[in-house]
Amino acid sequence: MDNLLKIQNCNKHFNGIIALDDFSCEISKNEIVGLIGPNGAGKSTLFNVITGFISIDSGQITFNNHTITKKAPNKINKFGISRTFQGLRLIRQMTVLDNILLSFKKQPGEHLENVFFKNKKAKEIESENKRKALKLLKDTGIEDKANDLADDLSYGQQKLLSLLCCLASDAELLLLDEPIAGINPAMIEKILFIITELPKKGKSVILIEHNMDAVSQVCERVIFMDTGKKISEGTPEEVRNDPKVIEAYLE
Amino acid sequence: MTYLLHIFILIGIYIILSLSLNLIAGYTGILSMAHAAFYGIGAYIAALMALNFNSPFILNLFLAVIGSSILGALVGIPSLRIKDDYFIIATFAFQIIIFNILNNLVSFTGGPMGLPGIPQPVIFGIKISSHFSFLVLTAILCAITYFICNKIVKSPFGRILKAIREDEVFTKSLGKNVSAYKVKIFMISSGLAAISGVMYATYITYIDPTSFTLMESIFIISIVIIGGAGNLKGSIVGAVVLVMLPEILRFVGLPNSIAANIRQMLYGGLLVVFMLWRPQGFIGEYSFNRNNENG
Ligand SMILES: Nc1ncnc2c1ncn2[C@@H]1O[C@H](COP(=O)(O)OP(=O)(O)OP(=O)(O)O)[C@@H](O)[C@H]1O
Ligand SMILES: [Mg+2]
Repeated sequence: MDNLLKIQNCNKHFNGIIALDDFSCEISKNEIVGLIGPNGAGKSTLFNVITGFISIDSGQITFNNHTITKKAPNKINKFGISRTFQGLRLIRQMTVLDNILLSFKKQPGEHLENVFFKNKKAKEIESENKRKALKLLKDTGIEDKANDLADDLSYGQQKLLSLLCCLASDAELLLLDEPIAGINPAMIEKILFIITELPKKGKSVILIEHNMDAVSQVCERVIFMDTGKKISEGTPEEVRNDPKVIEAYLE
Repeated sequence: MTYLLHIFILIGIYIILSLSLNLIAGYTGILSMAHAAFYGIGAYIAALMALNFNSPFILNLFLAVIGSSILGALVGIPSLRIKDDYFIIATFAFQIIIFNILNNLVSFTGGPMGLPGIPQPVIFGIKISSHFSFLVLTAILCAITYFICNKIVKSPFGRILKAIREDEVFTKSLGKNVSAYKVKIFMISSGLAAISGVMYATYITYIDPTSFTLMESIFIISIVIIGGAGNLKGSIVGAVVLVMLPEILRFVGLPNSIAANIRQMLYGGLLVVFMLWRPQGFIGEYSFNRNNENG
């Protein structure tokens, strides 16, 4: 299988706490990998490390054969990695539509010179993006919310919106940090459906999730981590029955 | 009549100052207390050019804008590393440094004596000297500034500024180079503030450092906050109200010396009242006391 993301021997300490302990893994193109483990295992830290928000003590990360280890978050996004946050980040005082518009890459209108000159191209791309954004909203059934503030959406709709922002950025790898935690079953179905469709569109996903049923439903492969270490890896069934995993949960 | 025109010209000068500061403070969410420094830099560059080289007004205006925006980058760059309250203090420091340079570089700026006899503008052979022609020129420059600010805030570029104001981490995660945007908006804002400085210098024909103090910076930020941060029309409303207010006090019959003191108290009091009961100002979209601490 084609390799997309390669994490080699990553270590991260937070004054005494070991968040990542010689962690290595690989993610291939067009696959959905579940990342599970108890609270404080280092799952979100791994996302922060991949996306450049936290710098690692040692180790190496490559994406599509580019080293991204010491790069800034905005650069890493440009390589094609997009993420959601466990604490749900959105621009709450902006409309739903504007949140998605903000997420598109390579917008000529974001360059200062295009604010005043060469208006035509920038305008074309902006209206093209608007069309795409409205389609995303329509496909997921919240087009009537397009002009509401993100803050006014329900929690589940906000989680959906943060996923749509990832989709708009057209990344090859999506890092989703507990995208269905704390939302109603109908919304869970909707979000899981979007996720399962992603490999067909040439995208890969790492999914952090505590809900094992959901993980089994969408992931072919699961990585279990605890205290910063990779403990087990395999199909959801294999990992669930791994004695080391059972032991970690019993502790 | 002359008196009224004079007030309108002052309002115009403060509209340009508050519109430009709104780009940084209201739209990008970075409080800066150094705006009067850029106002002063614009005034001094234009005045020194006109006095020493007798250079044309348009060139002086251009150089003032460029010079001020370069210094704007100098203030913008620390904002990348110094956060919130500490950055406000850094801008305080910059404001005070600029004041001291203007005040102490006597051979160059005239120090506390200031620069008298600044030539009035001549544009395409037309000499601007009457109050009315100054008002027209100020109105034109206000309109241009409004046009520029409006273009910026309505564009995808402006969308990123607002995103930075609301959540920098999220904005970075979307691939936006937050640092570059902050420096750029500081440069634009400082450059526009210089326009006011040039107008003031050529209108009054005399400048000294006391017009560009920390108090003045606080006055400009008050206009932005009371008018409404994150709304350009708010800056216009704010400038009209805050410039007119002391004049109204004078009409009530207060002697000048008392009115001047009451003025300071009034601005301070208004600022507190607005912060407490209407933090978004008259028609603003952003209040500085809101925190986002999720994630
Ligand atoms: N920025 C930080 N500063 C200090 N310690 C941190 C930081 N981020 C994470 N940690 C610590 O690192 C460890 C791993 O945290 P992390 O958030 O990665 O866990 P997690 O697996 O995502 O847990 P959960 O399932 O609860 O979200 C925890 O002990 C946490 O307290
Ligand atoms: Mg987590």
